[in-house]
Amino acid sequence: MAVTLEKVPGQEEKVILSMGPQHPSTHGVLRLVLELDGETVVRAIYDIGYLHTGFEKSFEDKTYSQGITLTDRMDYLAPLSNNLAYCLAVEKLLDLEIPPRAQWIRVLLTELTRIGSHLVWLGTHAIDIGAMSVFLYCFREREDLMHIFEMVSGQRMMTSFFRIGGLALEPPLGWLKAVEKVVKKFPARFDEYEGLLTRNPIWLGRTKGVGVISKDDAVAYGLSGPSLRGSGVNWDVRKNQPYSSYDKFNFNVPTRNEGDVYARYQVRVDEMRESLKIVKQAMEGLPEGPIKANAPHFVMPDRESMKTSIESLIYHFKIVTEGFHPPIGEVYHSIESPRGELGVYVVSDGSPKPWRCHVRAPSFANLQALPKMIEGRLIADVVACIGSIDVVLGEIDR
Amino acid sequence: MPSDPESNLAIQKLRQFAADAVEDVSAFRDEISVHIRASRLRSVCEFLRDETGLFFKYLSDLTAIDHYPGEPRFETVYHILSFETNQRLRLKVRIPGDDPRVDSMVPVWPSAQAFECEIFDLFGIQFIGHQDLRRILLPEDWEGHPLRKDYPVQGSITRWP
Repeated sequence: MAVTLEKVPGQEEKVILSMGPQHPSTHGVLRLVLELDGETVVRAIYDIGYLHTGFEKSFEDKTYSQGITLTDRMDYLAPLSNNLAYCLAVEKLLDLEIPPRAQWIRVLLTELTRIGSHLVWLGTHAIDIGAMSVFLYCFREREDLMHIFEMVSGQRMMTSFFRIGGLALEPPLGWLKAVEKVVKKFPARFDEYEGLLTRNPIWLGRTKGVGVISKDDAVAYGLSGPSLRGSGVNWDVRKNQPYSSYDKFNFNVPTRNEGDVYARYQVRVDEMRESLKIVKQAMEGLPEGPIKANAPHFVMPDRESMKTSIESLIYHFKIVTEGFHPPIGEVYHSIESPRGELGVYVVSDGSPKPWRCHVRAPSFANLQALPKMIEGRLIADVVACIGSIDVVLGEIDR
Repeated sequence: MPSDPESNLAIQKLRQFAADAVEDVSAFRDEISVHIRASRLRSVCEFLRDETGLFFKYLSDLTAIDHYPGEPRFETVYHILSFETNQRLRLKVRIPGDDPRVDSMVPVWPSAQAFECEIFDLFGIQFIGHQDLRRILLPEDWEGHPLRKDYPVQGSITRWP
């Protein structure tokens, strides 16, 4: 074990406890080293890297189009958000204009992803604290969303559906019926979860006033997403720096000031309702038109034109074999993923492979605030705090 | 129509505060990058964080680039964000390859802690003043720094007993 806490000589004997990496409530392979005085956590450090796969190195050996498949595997609970962040960054580098239909479908699917990710968070968070049935309900609803992703892209999880310049395919007929069913069904289901938890005295006792992080600390430690908004900072990339035509949708950004586990819970539950509002608007106002940008040098042609036009065939061959040559430059593009600010930084040297591609993973930054949240509190609160910042280790270790 | 980076308030204030600290300013796709002299990094970052009208209080991202075989070989890249002005800024610092070290920004933005560990781990850049610089992703006895360009993408040297 590389990471350990040294005992401070001369002090009263404390217990050093290694929690994880196989602990069920660490949401993956997170290891915490805790120094305990009785049941109180005196010091805590985290140990990560158990899932390190070297994605950033792999990016440098793949063409820009091939890189999309890597992004799915980072935050495996929100693959479409990762696809979107990467595609938007490369599109910014190429200066591409994305047609409205593709943007609308992207918004619709990423918001469904957000709901799906929050459902997993709610289920696992609740089961950590002892509410078993919420877990089963959440996964039941998530299955409906998985069904939509499978319809659209052929995959439940590793979708790779967003491509540079637009979408991989036109979604199949009848997919909007499935979305409509979800929009109709889910509000009552959210009420069901809230009925089980929001005013449940055990839930309140375990979450209220636990893991408090102040507004200034939240900013200083780089928290983002619902964890930041739970501490009273009204910042949402979708609202403040809109991308993919989020400025055309009407939604609120839920914020709470308490900064505790309960506040973060409320923010996420409210967010699911807001996401559903966006999905509804995107579904009703879905424009007609192409799903790919008109940029034959960078965007794959569709199958039909490949059969009829020699130019399309040549472009397809060039993009697949060699890749395209973007301009020299560097871009950073961030989106609001279910966990917070997901940024992709791409450096291009003009060759078909990125010189450097870095992913600013929200969980990686959010995890830094965990020791601050749990130091001085009981060991039982550690479990509640880990759940409340909603970390995904695939994204942290990359 | 790309905007002129020199007309940006942050750049103007930065030039007033420390003209000699700014090496060059460039803009690409409406993103402004500023190269800062390594010796002045700490004071520039503190200025950008605390100056009225700027308040770059949030460090979005911190990473590095290896320009091997170019020299200066490394660059650290800071993406900072101001909630007040809703603006992003990219700071860059050039670091020589023979002795890669730069001041730690943990005193300015505590969130730099894990990011600097990651860069130390994957690029082998030392951060002066970082209290707990350790390998955060790879095992402690790992040889080499994988994100350096002279580190192979696949395969490693096998030592036969």
